[in-house]
Amino acid sequence: MSLDVAKIKRDFPLLSRKVRHDLPLLYLDSGATSQKPIKVIEAESDFYRFHNSAVHRGAHLIAEEATDIYEGARAKIAHFIGAESVDEVIFTKSATESINLLAYSLGQARPNSPVSLKPGDSIVVSELEHHANLIPWQELAKRTGASLRWFPATEDGRLDLREIEQIIDSSTKIVALTHQSNVTGAITPLSSLLDRAKAVGAITVIDACQSVPHFPVDVQKLGIDFLAFSGHKMVGPTGIGLLWGRKSLLEELPPFLFGGSMVTSVSMSDATFAPVPRKFEAGVPNMAGAAGLGAAVDYLQSIGMDAIHNHELSLTEYALAKLQEIEGLTLIGPGESSDRGAVFSFTLDGIHPHDVGQALDDRGIAVRTGHHCAWPLMKKFGITGTTRATFYLYNSLEDVDRLVEGIDETQRFFTSRGL
Amino acid sequence: MVNLESLYQELILDHYKNPLNKGLASDSSVSVHHVNPSCGDEVDLNLIVAGQQIVSVTWDGVGCSISQASTSVLSDLVRGKSAPEALRIIEAFSEVMASKGSNGGDPDLLGDAVAFAGVSRYPARIKCALLGWMALKDAMVQAKVIG
Repeated sequence: MSLDVAKIKRDFPLLSRKVRHDLPLLYLDSGATSQKPIKVIEAESDFYRFHNSAVHRGAHLIAEEATDIYEGARAKIAHFIGAESVDEVIFTKSATESINLLAYSLGQARPNSPVSLKPGDSIVVSELEHHANLIPWQELAKRTGASLRWFPATEDGRLDLREIEQIIDSSTKIVALTHQSNVTGAITPLSSLLDRAKAVGAITVIDACQSVPHFPVDVQKLGIDFLAFSGHKMVGPTGIGLLWGRKSLLEELPPFLFGGSMVTSVSMSDATFAPVPRKFEAGVPNMAGAAGLGAAVDYLQSIGMDAIHNHELSLTEYALAKLQEIEGLTLIGPGESSDRGAVFSFTLDGIHPHDVGQALDDRGIAVRTGHHCAWPLMKKFGITGTTRATFYLYNSLEDVDRLVEGIDETQRFFTSRGL
Repeated sequence: MVNLESLYQELILDHYKNPLNKGLASDSSVSVHHVNPSCGDEVDLNLIVAGQQIVSVTWDGVGCSISQASTSVLSDLVRGKSAPEALRIIEAFSEVMASKGSNGGDPDLLGDAVAFAGVSRYPARIKCALLGWMALKDAMVQAKVIG
C-alpha cells in the first residue's frame, strides 16, 4: 500500500514554497513540527471567523457552537487513541505541559494515595528521553526525595533492557518512557516493560510525541496509564497538547492549575473541584487550537494511520539502504528498519552538523541540527550533535534521493575546501 | 543572493582547519566556559591580562566551523590590545552580526573578522560567530579590565 504523495503534498500549502535560490522546499523537519493541511488551517481560522466564544460559559448560540467544536475535538482525540472515555482526554498547551502537569500533580498527591511518592521510591526514565520527559521527573525526584533511574541506550540507539529487573524493582512508582526516540527513531518495545512495571505496581507514562502522529496507537491495547503528545507534530496547530490518563488515576490526582471553570463551588476560603477532565483545564482553553486539532485527526484518519505507517516503513527501508551506502556518514540509530520510525540522525566525518544543515539549507533542504533536546544521549555517544532528517506522510522516495544528493554535494563542498 | 561560497570563505575554513591559540594556557587571569545551548557548542577561554593590556587569549572548544574559526580570529586580533580597544572591537563585531548583511565591518578595526560579515544574513548562525566573543567579553568583565 502506498500513499499518493503528490496529492497529499497539494493539501499542505507551505510545501509548495520556494526557498533559497528559488529552489522548491524539501521539508525534512517534521520531527520538530509537521506542516499543516489547508483543512486544519481553515478549521482554526473558521473558529475565529464564525464560532469564537468562551466554551462552557455563554448563554448564547455562539457559545454552544464553540463548546460543540471544543468537546467534539476531545471526542475525536479520545476515539483516535482508543480511550475508554472522553473524560480521560485533557487539553494542555503542549506535550511538555502535559508531562509537567502530571509530574506536578503526582508530587502533590495526598500522602497515602496509591500515586504518591516518598523517599526510597524510584522513578524510571531512559537515556533516550527528550528533555521534556526527563527534567520534569528529575525535578519530581528532587521534590519528593525519590531517586531517578534510567535505562541506558545501546550503541545503535535503542533501549538497553538487559538490567530491566534491577532498574524497575519494588521501589519503582513511575516508569516514564518515550514511545519513539526523536533522535534515533527507535520504537520502544513496550510489552515487556509494561509487564515488568505492572508486576511491581508502577504507573506507566508514555511520551507519544513521535508515535501518535506516525502509527496507530491504542491506549487500551497498550495497557498504559498515561500518554502525552502534541498537536503540532500530527499536522495540527501549535499551542495545543494532550494528556490522556486512566480515569481512576486522574481522579486520584490533584489539579495542576487553579482558577476559572475547574470548580464545582467556591467560598472565600475554599473551593471544590470539577470532575475530570475539567479540573485540569483551568481558564479559557485554546479553543481554536482544539478546532484545528479535531480537523487534524479527521485528516489523518481520512488517509489512515495504517497507510501512513506503511508508507513511512517503505521510506525507512529505502532511506536506511541509501544513507548507509554513503562513505563518511555515521548513522546514529538502528541500521535496520524493524521497530524504528523515519527519523534519521547522522554525522559526517570532519563536518560539523550545523555546517551540514547550512549546506543542505542552501539546496532547499530543511533539516534539524544539534542535540535535539536530548543532550544526555549526545554525551553518551560522545558527540555534540547530529544532523537529523525526519519524514512524514507528505515525503516521497524521491525526497530521500534529493537528501542523499544534498549530502553528497555537502561532502564535496567541504572536502574540496580541505575539510 | 548570498551563496554558500560567500558564507564559508577560505579564511574561515583555514582558521577552522588550523586554529590559532587553540589549547588552553596553563595559567590565566580568568577562565570562562560558554555554551550555545541551542546547538551544544562549547568554548573554554583563558584570558591573561597585565594591567589593562590583553597579553593572551587561549581557548579550546567544540563546535561548527563558524564558531571555531571566529574564536581563532578573535584570539589573534585582541592579543596586545588594551582592554578598551578590545571592547571596541567586540562591539564593532557585534554590530556587524546584528546588521542582517548591511554592515561589512571596518577592516582596519576588525582585520580578518570582516570575513564573517556574511554570517549576519543567517540569524541562526549569529550565535555561532559570537560564541567566543561573548566569552572574551565575560572574561574581561571578570578580570575587571572593563566595566
